[in-house]
Amino acid sequence: MTISSPSSPQEYIKHHLHSLQFGEGFWAFNLDSLFFSILLGVIFLSIFHRVAHKATTGVPGKLQCAVEMIIEFVDKTVKDMFSGQNKLIAPLALTIFVWVFLMNLMDLLPIDFLPYISQQLGLPYLRVVPTADVSITMSMAIGVFLLIIIYTFKYKGVKGFIKDYTLHPFNHWAFAPINLLLETVSLLSKPISLGLRLFGNMYAGELIFILIAALIPWWSQWVLSLPWAIFHILIITLQAFIFMVLTIVYLSMASETEDH
Amino acid sequence: MNMNATLLGQAITFVLFVWFCMKFVWPPIISAIEKRQKEIADGLASAETAKKDLELAKANTSDIMQQAKVEANAIIEQANKRKASIIEEAQQEATRERERIVAQGLAEVEAERKRAREELKQQVARLAIAGAEKIIERSVNEAANSDIIDKLVAEL
Repeated sequence: MTISSPSSPQEYIKHHLHSLQFGEGFWAFNLDSLFFSILLGVIFLSIFHRVAHKATTGVPGKLQCAVEMIIEFVDKTVKDMFSGQNKLIAPLALTIFVWVFLMNLMDLLPIDFLPYISQQLGLPYLRVVPTADVSITMSMAIGVFLLIIIYTFKYKGVKGFIKDYTLHPFNHWAFAPINLLLETVSLLSKPISLGLRLFGNMYAGELIFILIAALIPWWSQWVLSLPWAIFHILIITLQAFIFMVLTIVYLSMASETEDH
Repeated sequence: MNMNATLLGQAITFVLFVWFCMKFVWPPIISAIEKRQKEIADGLASAETAKKDLELAKANTSDIMQQAKVEANAIIEQANKRKASIIEEAQQEATRERERIVAQGLAEVEAERKRAREELKQQVARLAIAGAEKIIERSVNEAANSDIIDKLVAEL
């Protein structure tokens, strides 16, 4: 791990898509993704915590207003989509939305700023967008996946759980093996689609920024990267929103007790 | 690829991007926030006004109540006085009536007494005449002596 300035576009791109890793093979940890995701999580929590503690019933400040608006928006979305009563869903949705949004937001920072600083500090690689790291998005998706299973058990019991996966979609015991196969596939597809959708969008966005930076002369980069960055405002918000909505929908499906 | 040149290019982009956000992204968000703030402030203010109005109205009602009480008291006072005076009048009237009735009764009694006395006188006179007739045993001309009898009666 030596400090090296990349000299060709290929090397530049390769360099930028390389995480700061610790360990080997599967047990490699992407330190940069971990660091930034935790840092952003802490920022999110500390801001919201401070606002929540200072919250006034009188005329709120601007920050409190903004936080209130976000919370109201998430709360409304949850109420519209989640049929049951649960205390976990709304805070979960809020956390997912804001956290994913903040992690996506890192994409809007110029891609070389933080890596350049870190290079001066002696770190050879740095990827600043945690959601462009498949490990991060998939870990969130697996969290949601576990919640889906827990909720299915909680609301339907063991019997309901087994019934869900053997007598559905064909409601006859003879079809149980086929049902099991179909339902397993559909269950597994949920976290995979959830995690990969976010990862794919963010990775592609980051890659385009890298390509623009690598292949276009520096004085004309803004012609392409500015529109892309502006467009990206929409994408990062949308992706955070989609992740949240899908989480709510999956958990809502898991907790619906009626057969359909 | 020169790292410094790329940084410069990205810096240009970043500056432009920040400018774009300042110009087109930030204002609607901040205006939404300010609108919400204003709405809350207005709502609180109007609630405050309503509260004050209510207090004022309460004070007013208590004033009115007080006044009504005073008036009612005055009316009751007046009525009491009136009642007393009516009773007084009635008493006086009754007293007068009683006196009148008593006087009338007395007068009647007096007249009756006089009449009875007169009758008594006449009967006594007749008895006297009858006695005299019996004593005299002789038929005396009643007509000739009637003036004496009348004189006697008048003397009784």
